[in-house]
Amino acid sequence: MVRLKYWMLAAMVIAVVVAAAATGCKKHAVDPFPASGAVTGWEKTSDTRTFEAKNLWQYIDGDADQYIAAGVVSTSTSDYKYRGQLEATVDVYTMGDAAGARKILEAAQTKDAKAVQVGDAGVAFAQSVIFRKGATLVRIVAYESTPDTPQALLALAQGVEGKL
Amino acid sequence: MKSRREFIKTTAAGALILGSSATAGKLGLAAMLDKPADAAKSKVVVARDAALHDASGQLDEKRVQDLLDRAIAAYTGREKPVEAWKRIVPVGKVIGLKVNGLGGKGISTHAALVMAICERLQQAGVKAGEIIVWDRGARDLSACGMTVATDPSRIRCYGNDVAGYEDQPVAFGTAKVNLAKILTRDCEMVINLPILKDHGGAGVTFSMKNMYGVVQRPYELHGNNCNPGVADLNCIPTVRDKVRFTIGDAMTSVYNGGPGFHPEYLWQPNALIVGEDRVAVDHTAWQMIERKRAEAGVPTLEAANRLPRYIATAADGEHRLGTNDPQRMHLMEV
Repeated sequence: MVRLKYWMLAAMVIAVVVAAAATGCKKHAVDPFPASGAVTGWEKTSDTRTFEAKNLWQYIDGDADQYIAAGVVSTSTSDYKYRGQLEATVDVYTMGDAAGARKILEAAQTKDAKAVQVGDAGVAFAQSVIFRKGATLVRIVAYESTPDTPQALLALAQGVEGKL
Repeated sequence: MKSRREFIKTTAAGALILGSSATAGKLGLAAMLDKPADAAKSKVVVARDAALHDASGQLDEKRVQDLLDRAIAAYTGREKPVEAWKRIVPVGKVIGLKVNGLGGKGISTHAALVMAICERLQQAGVKAGEIIVWDRGARDLSACGMTVATDPSRIRCYGNDVAGYEDQPVAFGTAKVNLAKILTRDCEMVINLPILKDHGGAGVTFSMKNMYGVVQRPYELHGNNCNPGVADLNCIPTVRDKVRFTIGDAMTSVYNGGPGFHPEYLWQPNALIVGEDRVAVDHTAWQMIERKRAEAGVPTLEAANRLPRYIATAADGEHRLGTNDPQRMHLMEV
């Protein structure tokens, strides 16, 4: 009788663990795009669009090849506006692994790149910020160069990083 | 290189009207290939305005019309814009203006150029309802600064996402494609308005590569640095015959990292590149990109393993789309 109770207890524990794994522990899809106002001054101005690797050409045409070679899985993009004026686009590339993100970031580094503390590694230019965190690569570009642009982009980059 | 005035003298007697089925076989490229070598040079005009962008990098839109007028005057040999445009476009035909907004806001065909052309077309006798500004879709047109408009009595602006593609594919060489209905059905002549960009696959994207926006599955033509995909696509009769003139937007460009918007490689050549010979136009554009890359200390496109070989392919005996031989080009810088 005691032996039977042990078996029942063990079965219940296993059932709970399996249920937890199937529900509560399931990895949730991450939305990396900060909502309007979540980062001071920044407003999200478009819906998020997502492209699977095979359709990435629809978004970036010939640029797609380097991302596909680096193992991109999907790409999401959304537009933003800073203080109602400065327009920017945030691209989030989900790569197959961290090495793929590292490869793209390294290719983006030029003599004009300035290292920034965002994610695992990042660089900034006058009108753009690129960083990686794990298997994710984020590229943010502004369409105008103003005195506020570099700091505003960095703040938005940190906002995205916080959601990854 | 001849001066503008010398050029106008030597070309004033030349006929140029494009897109008319009655004349297409006798003028332009076809005529060039049949003429003796000294008369066979392909005309390419590079018009520049160093003050086109102000100190903050903003385009001075008022100067775009003047730049366009200078380019077209040099090309046609007619100083008066209306007279010049009458030599380019036939009256009573629907004219398409194929822009390129793929790179997104910041590196797309400028609306100011499109508007300047529309104004001159109308002054030359083309009705508003006979002008269609088009690209792949509404988002691309938006990137150029335009919105969808389909009222047939006014200048129309819409994309392949509205008009769709032909069900039956057409082919040349490796290119087996479904063409956009805007090209096959809506337009009788197309003026190509690409924007000059570096391209991660093709090396350079300008006149001929812009035709990837007139097919349903352009990614199928991207292999081997788009060679011979670009040349084959441009040899498809509808593309070859209807797209007969390029007014290339080289006012803003990216010399590396393209074809998307990479502000770290943004560059303002402040130029328009104009010509009928799409190969000569692309060769000229490619050289412009190479010069800028050298100036910026970026490796040549050959060193980057993406030499735009499709340009030479387009000029070969199988394609005969134009010339990539500088000795057979008449390059004018104004």
